[in-house]
Amino acid sequence: MSQRIFHHPVLGSMEERTALQFQFNGAVYTAYEGETIAGALLAAGVRTLRVHEETGAPRGIYCNIGHCYECRVHVDGIPTVRACMTLVTEGMCVTAGSVLPTPLKKGGHAK
Amino acid sequence: MNDVLVIGAGPAGLSAAIAAARQGLSVKIVDEFYRPGGRLLGQLHEEPDGVWWNGLAEAARLDQEARALGVNISCGVSVYDIARCDDRWRISTTEGEWESSLLLIATGASEAAVPVPGWTLPGVMSIGAAQVMTNVQRVRVGKKGVVIGVNILSVAIARELQLAGVHVEQLILPPLSEVSGKAGRPHEIMRSLLRVAHLAPSPVIRLGSKLMGSAWMQRLAVAFFPSKGVRMWDMPIHLRTAALEIVGTSQVEGVRTARVTPEGLPIPGTEQLIPADFVCIAGGLSPLAELAAIAGCPFAYVPALGGHVPLHDEYMKTPLPGLYVAGNITGIESARVAMSQGTVAGLSMAQASGLLADDSLLSQAQLQVKRVRQNATIQFHPDIAAGRELVGQMAAAWTAR
Ligand SMILES: Cc1cc2nc3c(=O)[nH]c(=O)nc-3n(C[C@H](O)[C@H](O)[C@H](O)COP(=O)(O)OP(=O)(O)OC[C@H]3O[C@@H](n4cnc5c(N)ncnc54)[C@H](O)[C@@H]3O)c2cc1C
Ligand code: FES
Repeated sequence: MSQRIFHHPVLGSMEERTALQFQFNGAVYTAYEGETIAGALLAAGVRTLRVHEETGAPRGIYCNIGHCYECRVHVDGIPTVRACMTLVTEGMCVTAGSVLPTPLKKGGHAK
Repeated sequence: MNDVLVIGAGPAGLSAAIAAARQGLSVKIVDEFYRPGGRLLGQLHEEPDGVWWNGLAEAARLDQEARALGVNISCGVSVYDIARCDDRWRISTTEGEWESSLLLIATGASEAAVPVPGWTLPGVMSIGAAQVMTNVQRVRVGKKGVVIGVNILSVAIARELQLAGVHVEQLILPPLSEVSGKAGRPHEIMRSLLRVAHLAPSPVIRLGSKLMGSAWMQRLAVAFFPSKGVRMWDMPIHLRTAALEIVGTSQVEGVRTARVTPEGLPIPGTEQLIPADFVCIAGGLSPLAELAAIAGCPFAYVPALGGHVPLHDEYMKTPLPGLYVAGNITGIESARVAMSQGTVAGLSMAQASGLLADDSLLSQAQLQVKRVRQNATIQFHPDIAAGRELVGQMAAAWTAR
């Protein structure tokens, strides 16, 4: 179910906006012009934007204004892009990071 | 090359740009957010006279005014370094380098992170994150949530969530720890809540602000704080309940809580699980001042202003040549104060360039800052004026060295 707030008692109703298609981890989602990657995914019920690079634990937004980097994703091949600061564009390809090897850590894993 | 570079298109940066451009300076603003307005964008408060403070509308007004005056605004650009080169400042950004002889840093504030066990679960976010998601992105952060941390900002934003149809189940305290400090003590919270009491529809809190001028009355009130909490805008505020842990497997499912003593210590046998699909953590604000430190600006630690602030005088000038600061980087206050400080900074930079036609504009703008501060609806700290004075004295002492 969509979580968008189309009507607001003080801020009023949202204007018509252009719909955009983008991909997240291979699935296709719809965003509206002016929505960030984090906003559009949350509206679609997606809260997990990436997994922790070492433990694989799920992570989503924390500050939503660019300070904490908890929302970092890959966008069209570029790593460490903040999902909370980046507007969705048509055809954008977003992927969550993956668990990285920690070969030098005690009890770590090579892959 | 522009005469002035401004870092931050919040209320302070935009107001400074407007004031400077009006006096004939060419101004460029860079901001890493995707649209101008800074933290003003998410703000939505009802003032005591019933008029809404609509941050989106205020930001749009400032943006239009600045652009009409020829101010160049570049969004989506992060500044990561500042250096002095000859008699100019050079800023390094994700889009390249720029130089100017006058530089204003107006980077605002950031929220203090208060770690609570389980806080990395998706669905846990800062209170400001929920504000931006709700009022700027217009997306609900969940159906039912718990706010951990009771302060002016969290009460105001919880009310904004509720306006947008998001249910806030409870506002509770963080677990008592080194990090949460005073925010985990019912006592201290009561004191700080009394500063916004005039805005509260809850008779307990509103009446309280009149009755509870004395410390012992406040202690009594905390001791007898209703176990169901007090309701402010129909949201239960619990000063005697604290979060122990946020629980969930792949995302938030609830918060484990306990009743606490007036000192904030959990009472055994009072644990409860509040189901929730989102949690907001409210740790309070502090100045976002790293760039001023990189530039080499001296600092002062002033708790009344929210933490470490760059030294500056009442012209918003730092002790470094051509370097100015304005807005929340100089201390945590409301957006109106940030705007009036921005105007002072803009006029000061015009004066430094020999372009200020009428010096009385600057002295009037300085008076306006004090006036706005006195009449502020939302006051983040009771000793702001004293904190400001201290920074002014320290700046003067530094310059006289
Ligand atoms: C999350 C949050 C919520 C708040 N909510 C309220 C509220 O509801 N009511 C209230 O009265 N006050 C609120 N405040 C206080 C707020 O700081 C002031 O009201 C006011 O917005 C301060 O204005 P400013 O211009 O100093 O900074 P801001 O409005 O914060 O603007 C600073 C700008 O600088 C930009 N910036 C920062 N660093 C860089 C960099 N390195 N490179 C490029 N750009 C950068 C940011 O993107 C931002 O747009 C809030 C603060 C925060 C942090
Ligand atoms: S959520 Fe903090 S940087 Fe995006």
